[in-house]
This record gives sequence, structure tokens and C-alpha cells, in this order.
Amino acid sequence: MTQFLQQMINGLSLGSIYALVALGYTMVYGIIKLINFAHGDIYMLGAYIGFIVTTKLGLGFVPALVISMAGCALIGVTIERIAYKPLRHATRITALITAIGVSYFLEAGTQRVMGAGVQTFPNVFENKTIILGGLRISTQQIVIFAVTIVLMLLLQFLVTKTKVGRAMRAVSVDADAARLMGVNVDATISMTFAIGSALAGAAGVLVGLYYNSINPLMGMLPGIKAFIAAVFGGIGIIPGAMLGGFFIGIVETMVAGYGSSLWKDAVVYLILILILIIKPAGLLGKNTKEKV
Amino acid sequence: MKTMKKVFMTALAVMMAASMTACGDSSSDSSSASDGTIKIGLHYELTGSVADYGNAELKGSELAIKQANEAGGNYTTVVYDNKSDTTESVTLAAQLASDGVAGVVGPATSGTSAATYQIMNDSKVTVISPSATAINQTLNPTSGKVYDYVFRICFEDSYQGAAMAQYAVDTLNKGKVVIYADTSSDYAKGLTDAFSAQFKKLGGTVVATDYYNSGDTDFNSVLTKFKELDFDVLYIPGYYNEAGLIIKQAREMGIDCEIIGPDGFDSETLIDLAGASNLNKVYYTTAYTTVGASDALQAFIDAYKAEYNEEPGMFAALAYDSTNLLIEAIEKAGSTDPEAVKTAVENIEFDGVTGSFSFDETHTPIKSVLVVTLVDGVQGDAVAVSPDVD
Repeated sequence: MTQFLQQMINGLSLGSIYALVALGYTMVYGIIKLINFAHGDIYMLGAYIGFIVTTKLGLGFVPALVISMAGCALIGVTIERIAYKPLRHATRITALITAIGVSYFLEAGTQRVMGAGVQTFPNVFENKTIILGGLRISTQQIVIFAVTIVLMLLLQFLVTKTKVGRAMRAVSVDADAARLMGVNVDATISMTFAIGSALAGAAGVLVGLYYNSINPLMGMLPGIKAFIAAVFGGIGIIPGAMLGGFFIGIVETMVAGYGSSLWKDAVVYLILILILIIKPAGLLGKNTKEKV
Repeated sequence: MKTMKKVFMTALAVMMAASMTACGDSSSDSSSASDGTIKIGLHYELTGSVADYGNAELKGSELAIKQANEAGGNYTTVVYDNKSDTTESVTLAAQLASDGVAGVVGPATSGTSAATYQIMNDSKVTVISPSATAINQTLNPTSGKVYDYVFRICFEDSYQGAAMAQYAVDTLNKGKVVIYADTSSDYAKGLTDAFSAQFKKLGGTVVATDYYNSGDTDFNSVLTKFKELDFDVLYIPGYYNEAGLIIKQAREMGIDCEIIGPDGFDSETLIDLAGASNLNKVYYTTAYTTVGASDALQAFIDAYKAEYNEEPGMFAALAYDSTNLLIEAIEKAGSTDPEAVKTAVENIEFDGVTGSFSFDETHTPIKSVLVVTLVDGVQGDAVAVSPDVD
């Protein structure tokens, strides 16, 4: 039982990261129906911004988190403006291929600038282990989980209670109708990219802190897992992304913990296939009738 | 639009023609040009997952070349980066063969090296691998015969794995091991097999074996599983990137037992990743240590420090030896004739900074293994181990 609970803690820490990244996928998909494959690399850039802020400027965890989120938001908006906006009325496959191109650009660019090797993220705060009835919880795990929950609550508040959030929801339902109602569609899409990228940036810093190892290709696999998490919960649905993120994190941990770690990635992809066959709209998704 | 296309196509055709002539030129190049310059190929992992090894080896090789030139030699280098990728290595091997080099040093790891051997052998270019430790690495996998032109100057994984098992049982008095191996490299597979076999032969039990993928960062779930098991030593056959994180996560989880590993641990990055305070009761096998250095080794260390302002590691030392060995062979042969260079390497009695050795019939050196103890991340002690394998 202790081992099971310990594995749950491990899974929740990992799942937090997936959830934060998945939110960006889901928000962007929800609003412009684009699967932004460069999103995993935004997360990687977040880790590198955090790394530079802590090592070169010597700042602590909170400033690193804030600066990284702001930096990623800016990068996200810039990418949207340069790479995606001109393709807004092109076919979806064009935008998708562009996204893959942006992804490779970011990976190769980071390799060029920061070096291809692994960088070690500094210990920005003392990591203590709390032992609670046989369970070991590190302060880092608590911070990751807490930051994730706080950011998600903020996001939920933003989307449901503010004017920006209402604009986002309006654009996601029907961009043309929203424009007729006086919503600035371009600004709203930029805002969505900014928020999604900021969350990925936060995830990057948290991962750097937790595993203290970052490299230019670190976004690839978590990016895909987060995408699966978004699909699992129902792509375009914000609570679905959170649910999916935690679910994928826990499944991966349990498979490694009770089966063999060689199977963990295979099981995650198997889940993707099953979801796409059984419930393509995702766990929280509704089957909508095709409008003709 | 149409003219644009035409211009583009013409440009393309011109470029292709130009590149074809370029190829033709380089293949007609001879290794000893009219001015007597001898070209040596340095083929390393300069970027990618094991860039640390490749860069260290490049430095070691370049130091050897520089010293040879200062001593009156006339050597130039052709340096290629295989990006730690086997496909890229094959391409570069073909490139090196057509570059007309007198010999090649590298790549650093077994996988990338194996990818180059067939081509190098077919093109009759002598290759010295500084650190390709995989089992039967120098043998042609289909015929089982040794590649005539392929040599390595490191011991093979089976030997290293067996030595660690011998040390764990005899010196550390351990009997129950858990193995956490890299599943994505031949290197780790060879180590795992040899270690398990020798450990069992000496009366120990392998309690559990699990695997990770290269590039993984989260090992908590598997380590949590291990923590429930009854074992007294953890063996991690793999490279520093993951091993560093595994050690950190294991120690934070309260796995306090001895952790043992192969020469893949030998990198500064391991210390950065794991944290110096977590690197106690950690042992690994290596071909090289500065603890109790010989005069030749000390001279190398001083020269390396003067050149690069950093301490050399095992990979730099092995590459330095490999390059010197190749130079010595070329000088003994008195020419860059492929056959003569190969024969000179075969019959060499080499005295290097990683020990003195000659080659056995599989073109592998006969050397003893060193086991290094880490104390707060620093090498504390080194003992030579010769496992009794049949």
C-alpha cells in the first residue's frame, strides 16, 4: 500500500508536467483547430530561460518561473504571428506541417546557441524530503504540484470569469460570428498562444528543477505525451487536458512501477489508439453532429 | 514564375555537377600528398547524446597530433562530427575513405563505431577505436572473422562487467544485486550479460533487472519498486546522462547501498547531475585514472592542462593513446601504404598513458581493469582487478 501511494505521488508529479503542457495544446486547438507541434519545444525553451535566469543572473525560483513564463508567452505570440497567422485560411495540413517545421527550427536553434549536450539546472532551493508514514515526499514534488494547481485555477478563472476568457470561448465556437460581435479575433488568438506558452514555460522550469537535467530535445517526448493527454481528455477542453495529464503521468508510473519500464511508453501510445477508436472526442468530449 | 523555376533548375544542375567534380577530386587525393603531409581522420561524436566523449577524445587526439608535429612530423587532420548517430557515421565513414586518410581514430562509442567498420575495412583504412568496448566489436558479425583493418585500445564490455562483478563480490562483499540497465545500447547489454554471469558464478543472486531508455529523466517509479526489494548493491550499466539522474533520485529516495557502474560514469556531467554529496559509496570500472599516475601519464596530464586548461578524463587519454599508436605505426611502416600501416599496428608493442599493451588475435588489447571509488564525487582510490573469466 505504501508503495502504491508512493507511486501515486511520483505519478502526480510527472502528470503535473504533462497537464501543464497539455493545456497549451488544447487551448490552441480549441481556438484555431491547429495541433501546435512546436508546443513541446516552447516547454524546452522555458527550461532554458529558467536555466539562464538562475545561472547567469543568479535569481531564485519565483523570478525564474515568472520570467520564463513571460518569455515563453512572448515567443509563443511571435511564432503565431510569423508562422501561423499568414496560414490562417490555408488548409489545416499546411499549418500542421509549418508547426513541425517550427518545432525543428527551435530544437536545432537551441542546439546551435546553447550546445547540444545536457545542461544541469542549478538547485535553486534546498530540497528536503518529508517522511510521512513511510511515504517520502520531496519539497520539489510539493512545489510542482502546488504550482500546477494554482496555475490551473488561475486559468479556469481567466477562461470562465473574465472578458478575455469570454472572447476566447466565443472565437473557439465561431470566429466569424465573434468578429461580427466586435471581438478582436487576432488579439484573442495571440492571447491564447501567450497563455498556453506561458504554462509550457512554467512546466519547463518545474522540470528543470525536478530532474535538474535539460537538453534541446527534451520537449519531443513530453510534447507527444502531453498531446496524448490532451486527446485523452478531449482536445479543446481545458479540464480534459488536466485530467488527461494526470492520468497519463499516473499510468506511466504504474506501468514502470508494477510492470516493466520498457512498456511504459508503449502503454501510453496504446491508450491513444484506444481512445481514438472508442471515443474519438476524448473522455470529456461530446460527440457533435457535423454541421452541413 | 516559369523563368524563376528555370533559373532554379539551372542553378541546381550546376551545383550538382560541381559537387560531383568535387567528389572526384577528393577520391583521387592520396594520403601522402606531394608535400609529404599525412592526413589522419578524426571521426567523433561532437554533438548529440554522447558529445562529452567525442569532444574529450577530439582534444586528446589533437594534442597527440600537435605533439607529433612539434617533434618533426607532418600531420594534418580531417575532423568529422557524426552527431552521435549511427546513420551519420556510415555516411562519414564513406567520406573518410574517399578523403584518402592514412588512418582513422574514432568514433567514441560502440554503436557508431560498428557502423563504420565494414566500410573502413573494405576501403583498407586502418581504424583505431579508442573506446568501442562492445563484445566482439572488432569481428565481422556475419563471418565472425576479425576485421583486418579494425583495432581498439580498450578492453571489451564483458571483461569490464566481469571485473565489476568480481570486485562487488570479493572486495565489497555483496551477494544481492539489482541491475538497472540502459536498454538502448549494445554497450549496456554486453555489460549486463557479463556482469550477471560472473556475479552468479561467484555465488551472488541477481534480485531484479529492469531497463530504462536513453533520454529518460524520471526513474522514480522503478526506483520506488526497487526500494521494496532486498538487495545490497545497485549496478547501473549505462552512460552518465541517465546514471547521474538515477543516482540522484535513488539517494533522495533513501537507497543508501553501494552503487556500481561501468566507464560510462566517467564524466564531469555525472557529478553535476547527481550532485557531489550523492556520490559516496559509488564505484566504477575504468581504463584510466589519475590516482597514482605514472610519469608518462603525468606528462600527458600536464600537457593537456597547458593546452586546454582542464583535467583530461579517460576518453581524452584513450584517444591520445590511439592517435599516438597510429602515428607510431605509420612511422614504423615508413609509408602510408594501407597494408604496411595495418601490419605495423598488428605487431606494435605500445607504451601509452593508459598502460602498455599489444593486440591479441581479435585486435583487442590485453589490459587490466581499474575500479575507482568516488568520495563526494572525487576519485578517492583505484585498484586493478583482473576477473577470472573462462
